[in-house]
Amino acid sequence: MSHATTMDHEHDHDHKPKGFVKRWLMTTNHKDIGTLYLIFALAMFILGGALAMIIRLELFQPGLQFVNPDFFNQLTTMHALIMVFGAVMPAFVGFANWMIPIMIGAPDMALPRMNNWSFWILPFAFTMLISTFFMESGAPAAGWTLYPPLVLQGGDNIAFAVFAIHMLGISSIMGAINVIATIMNMRAPNMGYLKMPLFVWTWLITAFLLIAVMPVFAGAVTMLLTDAYFGTTFFNAAGGGDPVLFQHVFWFFGHPEVYIMILPSFGIISEIIPTFARKPLFGYVSMVYASAAIAFLSFIVWAHHMFSVGMPLGGELYFMYATMLISIPTGVKVFNWVSTMWKGAMTFETPMLWALAFVILFTIGGFSGLMMALAPVDFQYHDTYFIVAHFHYVLVTGAVFAIIAGVYYWIPKWTGNMYSERLGKIHFWWSAISVNVLFFPQHFLGLAGMPRRIPDYSTQFAEFNMMSSIGGFAFGLAQVFFIYIVYRTIKGKGTTKATDRVWEGAKGLEWFIPSPAPHHTFQDGEPVKDEHLAHVSNH
Amino acid sequence: MNKTVVKIVMVAVLMFGFSFALVPLYNIFCEITGLNGKTSGQVAKEVLASQVVDENRNVTVQFDASVNSELNWEFRPLEFEMQVVPGKLYKTEFYAKNLSDNDITGRATYSVTPRKASLYFNKTECFCFTEQTLKAHEEVIMPVSFIIDSKLAKEVNLMTLSYTFYKFESK
Repeated sequence: MSHATTMDHEHDHDHKPKGFVKRWLMTTNHKDIGTLYLIFALAMFILGGALAMIIRLELFQPGLQFVNPDFFNQLTTMHALIMVFGAVMPAFVGFANWMIPIMIGAPDMALPRMNNWSFWILPFAFTMLISTFFMESGAPAAGWTLYPPLVLQGGDNIAFAVFAIHMLGISSIMGAINVIATIMNMRAPNMGYLKMPLFVWTWLITAFLLIAVMPVFAGAVTMLLTDAYFGTTFFNAAGGGDPVLFQHVFWFFGHPEVYIMILPSFGIISEIIPTFARKPLFGYVSMVYASAAIAFLSFIVWAHHMFSVGMPLGGELYFMYATMLISIPTGVKVFNWVSTMWKGAMTFETPMLWALAFVILFTIGGFSGLMMALAPVDFQYHDTYFIVAHFHYVLVTGAVFAIIAGVYYWIPKWTGNMYSERLGKIHFWWSAISVNVLFFPQHFLGLAGMPRRIPDYSTQFAEFNMMSSIGGFAFGLAQVFFIYIVYRTIKGKGTTKATDRVWEGAKGLEWFIPSPAPHHTFQDGEPVKDEHLAHVSNH
Repeated sequence: MNKTVVKIVMVAVLMFGFSFALVPLYNIFCEITGLNGKTSGQVAKEVLASQVVDENRNVTVQFDASVNSELNWEFRPLEFEMQVVPGKLYKTEFYAKNLSDNDITGRATYSVTPRKASLYFNKTECFCFTEQTLKAHEEVIMPVSFIIDSKLAKEVNLMTLSYTFYKFESK
């Protein structure tokens, strides 16, 4: 390995394409494409966050102050679409591009040209989607779930939203094909499946989910498109169709989709905790099986999003119990993380702080999810701020916290510079406190009956909403601070050089190449050494 | 590697097809379970032959009619409810009138509630899903004949047949 790394070092600068267009626009290098994905995700995170700030501004006080109700609905819809498809998913694909080839000892992704294409579709798709804000019809305003018949009243934005979703789907599917082909075919010799880091495992499973459900979503929105423009009546009762059918098809995609957004987070957290607990991951194989079990269960629980829509009692019971079953493999994961830390020599660097906050806060989100899995009580919680609190706990303090943890964990490897530990800790405590001020009161609002997606509310909800808005502004500002920290680290301002190993307790192939990672790694196809790996399973 | 990619692409294409296959699958599912008030597709003779009539049993059938806002018609049942004995053939009528100055074609959809009763509701004559053209200010009486299957669960003593008329646009 040391022999290989010196070779990489010598050739490092010779192989980087010169000029902006060749380096970034036409790149086929997995590290450059990973960087592009991550920067794009950060930009979309800020845009989606800005929309959320307007939402919280409007909800700061009861009454209508800043935006009209229709524009408010456009904000909630676009906030969700941008955060889901623009921020969280591309961020994970960015991590996959950067880390998977390095973690399995592959020289690049399996299909590098397709990799370039799958990234460069994204800016065009989002230009189309965001342009709807400037149209006469306005942006889509029926919620990210795009339920007909409401969404079909959107005028011109229907076609733009549908084609943008088609492009996002194509991008995701190509990304997933690349991940699967890379993991199945490009592993270095001696890198068996059960030696792969958990991040690679969770992404492999995520990629299969993407392949299975993104086409279904594409089909569902295609039916919306033909209903709107070509006179079909898939979802139109007048022609013998059924709007509820859309909800079934949507959630057949939508439920696996939420696991697409959380499984890679599980992977990142499973890399970070062992490093800072200085112990191998507890129950590695059970983690792999738990991830696969979660992925399988995600396909058979979709109608728990639709309890209040109406279904036979047997259906409600089935979807209720099946949903509760998911807490078993998820519980296996949480207990494994806790067991990994048990009696470990723990230190609390910034990535570890984010990972710990993830474990605690994601579990809170999981518990509120379990509450809503109970069909009879879901009738009370449905479409209230309780569900808003729930999915923000699993997506913000879950997925987004894992992404930020991963950035702090690997950015020394990406840039060769250590971020400022002091600023990182300030960012963490600032975010961890404000995010709870932001979302925790929303549980109470929901239990008291405040409906979601409405710009005005009764005066008894005023205090908690004001609290939530203040938390929201603080959390938003903290992420601007995050950009500053990332910028400083990339530029190497006030930072120290990162060592190759970076973290004392780190294991895995990425820590045995130089920092910053050379433009080309693992070109020689030599077998990986067991002592570099975190998991050397006997299976 | 190419084999892997071809296989995965095929899965993606199949799943796209599957999303469209869900449309007929959903309809079949609704017909089997009676979800969405879909009624049994059995024909009158078969149903009548298998009936065990219990004259002492009474079921109330309510009739409901509504018109979509885009259709300028009047539409109502001529009788709002009926006492029926399961296993026997009954007939009722609906009234429709075109209130506009133009000829309009409408089309009706229907559903039966409660869901567990819908499969036991057999229509032998009905105006559902057929295109109905009414000239300006024309009136029409539309009959519905039905048999409630005598196998209907004992606890059901009330059911509703609901019709909605929509404007039919040939696109």
